[in-house]
Amino acid sequence: MFKGIKVIKSHGIQYVKNLRTQPVSPLFRGRPVIKSNISRDDIRMVSNLCPSGAIDPESGSIDIGRCVFCRECSFACPEKIVFTDDYRIAANTRNGLIIHPGNEEHLRLNEEIIRTEVRRMFKRSLKLRQVSAGGDNSCEMELNAAGNVNFDMGRYGIEFVASPRHADGIVITGPVSENMAEALQITWDAVPEPKIIILAGTDAISGGMFTDSPAVRRRFIDEHHIDLYVPGNPCHPLTFINGIMDLLGIK
Amino acid sequence: MNQKYIGIKNCSLPVDIGQIPLLSYEEFSGKVKELLKAEENHCLNYFTIEEAGDRYFYCLIACDSEKNIQVLSHKIRKEKASLVSLTPDCPSLHVFEREIFENTGVEFSGHPWLKPLRYPHDATSKTDMADYPFYSIDSEELHEVGVGPVHAGVIEPGHFRFICNGEKVLHLEIQLGYQHRGIEKLFVEKDSTLRRCILSESIAGDTSVGHALAFTQIIESLTGIQAGESLQIERCIALELERMAVHIGDTAALCGDVAYQLGQVVCEALRTLIINTTQLWCGNRFGKGLIRPGGSNYPMTDNVEDAVLKVLDQTEKRFGEISDLIFSLPSVMARFEDIGHVTEDQARSIGAVGMAARTCGISRDIRSSHPFQYYTKFPVAPVILDSGDVLARAKMRDLEFRESVRIVRDLINIRKKRNKESGKPVYDTVLKPGSLAVALVEGWRGEICHIALTDNKGRIVNYKIKDPSLHNWLALALAVRNQEISDFPVCNKSFNLSYCGNDL
Repeated sequence: MFKGIKVIKSHGIQYVKNLRTQPVSPLFRGRPVIKSNISRDDIRMVSNLCPSGAIDPESGSIDIGRCVFCRECSFACPEKIVFTDDYRIAANTRNGLIIHPGNEEHLRLNEEIIRTEVRRMFKRSLKLRQVSAGGDNSCEMELNAAGNVNFDMGRYGIEFVASPRHADGIVITGPVSENMAEALQITWDAVPEPKIIILAGTDAISGGMFTDSPAVRRRFIDEHHIDLYVPGNPCHPLTFINGIMDLLGIK
Repeated sequence: MNQKYIGIKNCSLPVDIGQIPLLSYEEFSGKVKELLKAEENHCLNYFTIEEAGDRYFYCLIACDSEKNIQVLSHKIRKEKASLVSLTPDCPSLHVFEREIFENTGVEFSGHPWLKPLRYPHDATSKTDMADYPFYSIDSEELHEVGVGPVHAGVIEPGHFRFICNGEKVLHLEIQLGYQHRGIEKLFVEKDSTLRRCILSESIAGDTSVGHALAFTQIIESLTGIQAGESLQIERCIALELERMAVHIGDTAALCGDVAYQLGQVVCEALRTLIINTTQLWCGNRFGKGLIRPGGSNYPMTDNVEDAVLKVLDQTEKRFGEISDLIFSLPSVMARFEDIGHVTEDQARSIGAVGMAARTCGISRDIRSSHPFQYYTKFPVAPVILDSGDVLARAKMRDLEFRESVRIVRDLINIRKKRNKESGKPVYDTVLKPGSLAVALVEGWRGEICHIALTDNKGRIVNYKIKDPSLHNWLALALAVRNQEISDFPVCNKSFNLSYCGNDL
């Protein structure tokens, strides 16, 4: 018993008090900012360099749904491209993930297109079923971490459940491998209405580095309405939880 | 010349493919059987490539006592589609022969278990995941239990098929392949070192540092780039931090599976401390972006060094307290001890590596047997346990964590006396043509092996990746035999194998 007391004393208080403002490492690669005066040559150079093709060679915008957050463009062009430590980068439209040169504003969800039943039904309790479809296990571990003693998203009634029949939606990780496509569809069909889809991580949002792989089948993603995109490689627990809080209208 | 194979060392310059002696299949199989009889040898990889109507086979066998790797080769005409299987004599080759069969259609006669390995998109015979030929037993007494591919927790997909007698598992068959992303092909197609580097971090995201390091070693071998001592030390520290974080995380999950909440919660919080230190270092909790060929974008600053030393002190004390408690609780011990037993003979015959081997009394640790990076100058003694059960695998985490704490502390002290210049990453690389390069890394799960072959223009034409899970999944299947089916989760967690690392 004394050993247990010692452990609890050393453990102390570990939970993150404010999930909105908790600082992360200054080097954390969150929302990128591209300076408006970036030259055409620089745009072409970083666009060629980008391993996942996230930088548009014409406009110089960065698609953070495609970005693998390697920061190589910023190393090559440190004056014009900066990755901030802003982790609140989830969006509810695909276009909302595209950051144009000169845009230094925070990303916020488009409130108008959030379905009314999503907030009405899930604001106080959201149960999710996770489907890993070719995920590399880093996103999966971060989703687990979102429920752990530090981030504790359970405080808002958000948690992962074992069965799709108990769930209000699914969270997909990975580029959706051909071999998982059917299991993903079956899982989705088993979730009762109304239900939501969240894509967690760059691989799920765009296919990431696996976009061109013949082993990937993204039809499910293309054919369904996506309620929330959570970028990252992997997505940080704080990005995930903040995104859901914004979707549900939790202050 | 009576030489039957060519020897190389881990992290050395690559072999000239033209220099590898081509044997007849009889000679080749005789030599492989002879080598694999010795306990100090094990097979790293056995694969085939196609060239101008011929099929070349390469088998790489590591000798732990000599610290070298032997490359054996034979070739057949492409249309000759059958070979005598080596698996009956060398069971550890079963996965490689299955892989070759699935990818190329070359049959191995006499192979006892020639089933699909991962249902790759480009398999020669296109079959559906749903058609997997499960082993079954006709009996009115027995029943089958199917689990997956989507599991109850937030984990990767795979299907487990149990044949049970009441509560007792007679047989478990594991069907993988759901995670197949065609990553080996992408390594060949993405003709840029940076792209391949990012890919290597996604082979298994929980082993980002381990796989990125293996890829980096391949590139450094093929270009002749020498990493400086300080850079080598940084890489070893990153690898040990990854090991420590996962070992604590696994301890948390093991506690969770036996409903010991205090252990789970405390260990989860300790894992957070370590991965947040990695994040402080490189901006990513999994170390993505940290390992690059030729240099580093995130050299270890004094600030990071202090943070690492601090987290070592904190976690050493607190993990020490909680693991003392965990291993003294009868309610936990009853669920760990004598559960999920794997014998040394079994582990040897299936070619188990890493923790799965070291918990069965087999001394197999690449850091000491085929040292890489700074481990060449900093000997690491493998932690060996011999009971082969869940308890051994849980204890292994505890002991290896302590050992890693010591290693990182020592490495930081050594680095203090060195020139701390680590250099910038090199992506603009010219690879040595006509070569075979091999890189071995002891990741937290065990032996990671990458092999690259270049053509006469220095382009990578074949890239082979092996995660330790490829061998060790069978150890899990053997471990649950004659166990209660309710002990499966804790057995599974005690191995914590990679699905995507297997499926590629």
